Amino acid sequence: MTVLVVGAGPAGIHAASSAAGVGADVVLVDSASRPGGQYHRQPSDAPRTGALAVVDHPRVKWMPETWVWAVERTDQGFRLHAQVGPADAPGRPCIALDGEALVLAMGAYDRVLPFPGWDLPGVYTAGAAQAMAKGQRVAVGRNVVVSGTGPFLLPVAESLLGVGARVRGVLEAGSPVRWALQPWLLRGSLGKIGELAHYAKVLSTGKVPYRTRSAVVAAHGADRVESVTVARLNHDWTVASGSEQQVEVDAVAVGYGFTPQLELAIALGCRIQRALDDSDVVVVGRDQATSVPGVFAAGEITAVAGADAAAAEGVLAGLSAAQSIGSSIVDKQVSLIRRKVLRKRDFARALAAVHPVRSGWQSWLVDTTLVCRCEEVSLSAVRSAVVERGAAGMRALKLLCRVGLGPCQGRICGRNVAELTGLPDIPKRPIASPIRLGDLASEPDGSGG
Amino acid sequence: MRVIVDGQAVTAERGQTVAAVLMGHGRTSWRITRHGGRPRGLFCGIGVCFDCLVIVNGIPDVRACQRVVVDGDDIRTQYGAELPEAGT
Repeated sequence: MTVLVVGAGPAGIHAASSAAGVGADVVLVDSASRPGGQYHRQPSDAPRTGALAVVDHPRVKWMPETWVWAVERTDQGFRLHAQVGPADAPGRPCIALDGEALVLAMGAYDRVLPFPGWDLPGVYTAGAAQAMAKGQRVAVGRNVVVSGTGPFLLPVAESLLGVGARVRGVLEAGSPVRWALQPWLLRGSLGKIGELAHYAKVLSTGKVPYRTRSAVVAAHGADRVESVTVARLNHDWTVASGSEQQVEVDAVAVGYGFTPQLELAIALGCRIQRALDDSDVVVVGRDQATSVPGVFAAGEITAVAGADAAAAEGVLAGLSAAQSIGSSIVDKQVSLIRRKVLRKRDFARALAAVHPVRSGWQSWLVDTTLVCRCEEVSLSAVRSAVVERGAAGMRALKLLCRVGLGPCQGRICGRNVAELTGLPDIPKRPIASPIRLGDLASEPDGSGG
Repeated sequence: MRVIVDGQAVTAERGQTVAAVLMGHGRTSWRITRHGGRPRGLFCGIGVCFDCLVIVNGIPDVRACQRVVVDGDDIRTQYGAELPEAGT
């Protein structure tokens, strides 16, 4: 009896560890060559310590560089279809992994709001700046501004300082002063106050100004970012007139919250709901069970609340998954974890309340601003598809102007297009990870046989 | 180790991604878009956005942020939608 765990970030490694700890056999898969996901990202020569050591557990089969592109239900449980090997290389072996229970822990990626010039090289997601600094020891620029909303901007600034970048400012579009005015939002998350104090010290030591109600609203340059327009924002995030300032930078790191990676959950038919931060998340019960029997979910795909919360959910999901296939677990162990998870959900709610994305961002765009980076579709092309050609749904809109039809499958633009047009996004992506046609044709277990 | 970037040999370290090698050597873009002819490089850094596509050993559409280099890799700028080289 096997528990399949997809994703080896904080949620996945803790799920694997708790399931193996109560006697289940575990298969842990991730596309990266090292466990840890985005949060525990380390250079490739770093030792595997703490929770990352789960991959050496005798009952855990660790499968790095394993790219799951589809999942299906079988008579006994679930089957993952994956390719193993270097990213996007043709001819990687296609494999099928079977298990009786499944833990989904795919995590989330940065949401970026479009603005004029956001397609210039030198504009990065906050997560990219973080990944390059932590995993590759590369600073994305020498002179960087961090812009967006949410507490994640702070560790990004810290990582940039750590690789020698000058951070010209952290611009928080919201007014997180609510954390101070409504401290009950942080109840049960006392550790977060310590974290905030740590970052306050990091920023002051690095002489990094932290400004609220401010954002990068345009980037300028010929073939790369040379400067940005920084502006004060009104409450609704429209630009406070006359507040625009030009700042010379060579890189911008942008993050407006996160979008959970739901492809496999949607493919399995798990119930999805709209969370308070307007992202779609997997609905889970007390034991992290999704609406599909045998499928459990943990971490950012159930609500964005950070690594500690994801780890707690992972532990619970791993125990529940193991129990569902016959392992016995101690109730006392579970009730402790469950309390941690409830605190996580409180924190996720508080995050959404304090860091909402407000609709005034739409006024930052001009007609020529690209909305869809892949297919290079401008705001005016999207507007004309809706207004002049009467696109009444996302599918029609895609066919009329090609928005969201590029290789990212709308992952980057989907939510933004939905907000700009009022048409609901369709986050359905049957192929979760790209597979070359030649490899698909040779897939041993394809339904085409 | 050494890899080749647009015909020039450059040094690389074990465990580095193609994007890290390119950025470490001062490159910010390595793809030209299909329609607008605009330069693109790294954007999301975690394999989601497909902006950082590049040609590796004759195979186009490889995500530079995900691909880890091996000694001798031949990395080339990707111009629009390219087809794989014959024999690869």
